[in-house]
Amino acid sequence: MSVKERDPLTGHQTTGHEWNGITELNTPVPTAIWWFILVSHVYAVIAWILLPAWPGINDYTKGILGVDQRAQVERQVTDLRQSRAEWRGRIAALPVAEIRADPDLAGMVAEAGPALFGDNCAACHGISGRGGPGYPSLVDDAWLWGGDPEAVMETLRVGINSDHPDTRYAEMLAFDGLLSRDEIRIVADYVQSLSGLDTAAAPDRLAEGEEMFLDNCSSCHGEDATGNIDLGAPNLTDDHWIYGGDDKAIFTTILNGRQGWMPAWEDRLDTADRKLLTAYLEQLKEAAQ
Amino acid sequence: MITRFTIAERQASLVLLLLMTLAGLAMAAAGAGDAMGVHGFIVLFASLGLIFVVGGALYDPAPTEDRSRAYYDDPIKVGIVLAMIWAVIAMGVGDWVAWMLAFPDLRFDGAWSGFGRMRPVHTTGIIFGFGGNALIATSFHVMQRTCRARLAGQIAPWFVILGYNLFVVMAVTGYMMGVTQSKEYAEAEWYADIWLVIVWVVYFVLYLRTLARRNEPHIYVANWYYMAFILVVAVLHIVNNLAVPASFTAAKSYSLFSGVQDAMTQWWYGHNAVAFFLTSGFLGMLYYYLPKRANRPIYSYRLSILSFWGITFFYIWVGSHHLHYTALPHWVQTLGMTFSVMLLVPSWASAGNALMTLNGAWHKVRDDATLRFMFVAAVFYGLSTFEGSFLAIRPVNSLSHYTDWTVAHVHAGAMGWVALITFGAIYAAVPMIWRRETMYSWKMVEWHFWLALAGTLIYVFAMWNSGIVQGLMWRTYTEGGTLRYSFLDTMIAMHPYYIARGIGGLLFLAGAVIGFINIWMTIRAVGSDSKVLDVPTESEAGEPAVPVAE
Repeated sequence: MSVKERDPLTGHQTTGHEWNGITELNTPVPTAIWWFILVSHVYAVIAWILLPAWPGINDYTKGILGVDQRAQVERQVTDLRQSRAEWRGRIAALPVAEIRADPDLAGMVAEAGPALFGDNCAACHGISGRGGPGYPSLVDDAWLWGGDPEAVMETLRVGINSDHPDTRYAEMLAFDGLLSRDEIRIVADYVQSLSGLDTAAAPDRLAEGEEMFLDNCSSCHGEDATGNIDLGAPNLTDDHWIYGGDDKAIFTTILNGRQGWMPAWEDRLDTADRKLLTAYLEQLKEAAQ
Repeated sequence: MITRFTIAERQASLVLLLLMTLAGLAMAAAGAGDAMGVHGFIVLFASLGLIFVVGGALYDPAPTEDRSRAYYDDPIKVGIVLAMIWAVIAMGVGDWVAWMLAFPDLRFDGAWSGFGRMRPVHTTGIIFGFGGNALIATSFHVMQRTCRARLAGQIAPWFVILGYNLFVVMAVTGYMMGVTQSKEYAEAEWYADIWLVIVWVVYFVLYLRTLARRNEPHIYVANWYYMAFILVVAVLHIVNNLAVPASFTAAKSYSLFSGVQDAMTQWWYGHNAVAFFLTSGFLGMLYYYLPKRANRPIYSYRLSILSFWGITFFYIWVGSHHLHYTALPHWVQTLGMTFSVMLLVPSWASAGNALMTLNGAWHKVRDDATLRFMFVAAVFYGLSTFEGSFLAIRPVNSLSHYTDWTVAHVHAGAMGWVALITFGAIYAAVPMIWRRETMYSWKMVEWHFWLALAGTLIYVFAMWNSGIVQGLMWRTYTEGGTLRYSFLDTMIAMHPYYIARGIGGLLFLAGAVIGFINIWMTIRAVGSDSKVLDVPTESEAGEPAVPVAE
């Protein structure tokens, strides 16, 4: 068994063991390996001396650099806050129109806006603010609660149907049961006709629809159906639709009602952030036009 | 296969299976309405099926030969086939979820098919289904051949192979039903974990008993590694899964650990699963099949000792590098970082030992895809251990952590190292175990090799790019001190790389399917001279004879 042989290729001896035809050479560990071991261990020892490393009973070695990740993080956060404090203070203090007029601040809005909007608003309203089914576009002229900067700031602060105590509150009733399905279809035709959509409905049907509209819908949407921004009731005479303007979508909206939801941002974004978003929205609007 | 059992062994198996049937029935009844009930039925039907298999052969003639004079290869055959089945399933799921990340609609709105459920199906199916079966099967093969002794026990090897697969089936079906412990690579719930402990202890005892009856004076290196794999995985699995079941009739438990201790325990487990499951075990494979196939002596026994103890000692410290810049105390992070760097040398010593062993056999590497699988695996082992130590350095980690760079690193190791060494080992083992002269088609092995290599490279390069782009975008600030990019921006930037990843995975999967067909055809082929290969035998059952001492 234990017969040491010399490998003709390398000139090294085997260990003399053999397992199912496998043998091993007794080659010494290459010197380079010892050097690498030395280097990696020296690196480790230096790191242990410099940094917090080894635990004791009640404490640990602090390292001569006195580094501590918690202190580092706190310092970095403070530094970053300070570096932003000046321009953010001005944004918080000035009205949106003046921010937009100031080239420096407008530049900051253009620079910081996309990430802030992308991380907080784009999931629903889209990265360019155009919205989508169920989520209103922010770059058109149709606004449920008003599109001037003060109104937008307020909507951002309290949300819509949110859990904020001052939340904006709106609900489109479900007319299932209040109106028959046929009646709902008639009203839907009328609503479509308000926006100039081709409904192919007979004039007397539209007249019937108008009557029902005045009885059931006008208290919120107004007799002329142009909506009411105090109630968050949309204008039905334009061609902007959150949930869709086809027969089926309007029918579903009237039948089941709607109650959109937008979170309140007061606890999550401070005044400067919310104002920055409002100003950025104006820039998005310009870009969209 | 049952005919190799004595009548008493068949009866003992039946009793064991009846007990399992009862356990399955109890789980099905008690856990009705819960995932545990479904698992009860799986246990019930699996053991009933086996009762028919064993019961049907109960009165067949008993074996007349002295079984201890032959190797026991039947469980290995089943293990290899199961490993390949899991490979195809889990790589398929992996590629599906890769495409799902690029095109989210591919989940088809099922609750079971969400990324959060299918991803652990992929990881568990690959690591434990493919990797685990391959490790168990090859460990049975290597330990018998290098100990010159038959497996210690007739039932135990079957219990280990089949019981282990029952665990994997319970794990992956559980995930699809929403069962999880929320511990990465240890998602399976408490009763599956307890079952795995039982299976694993039987495996460990089987291994020790086989080593104890060895006919070689020394224990071969491969067995050190397999042994480390079995022992440490048992310790890791038990400690990390310590939990209190919320109810004994449902699949829900609460971990014994909480907060940062829980995180540290999890990554001590997680990283040592990489170390002792995905490294030690597969190094055992490398140490047998590579020198065997190359027909060269191991380059250096001394280097083997150095790297084995280096890997075993250093790895166990480094789990904390998964938790850099977290609530974990700074000093634990420093230790994890420094030990990771010291770990590099023994890791490279292993890779170097494998590559230097090929000196004198490079013409075989060129000509033989099976050996080339093992050569490339050793290269990827070296690359990914270097990358691992590099990523463990805190400032580097601050860029790479939570990005696709980690995914690239894991797959360089999992595809490039673990899967390639396994395919190499399987292609070397299949002809030996089924007693064929060669694989059914060497061209298919070549195709598999090049598809696997191309798939790995495309995958890894795509994820490197994606990860570094992602990490840099996350840390880019504007002049005003605000973040430049939103999360959405990074998603858009990653999209093309995700498509590339899906293509890479598809190539890798195609290779595995070709491999599976090739192995299947090899099994079905008639051996040209079934008595002469591997170890000659006169055994009527065709079991290879244990060579007697010279």
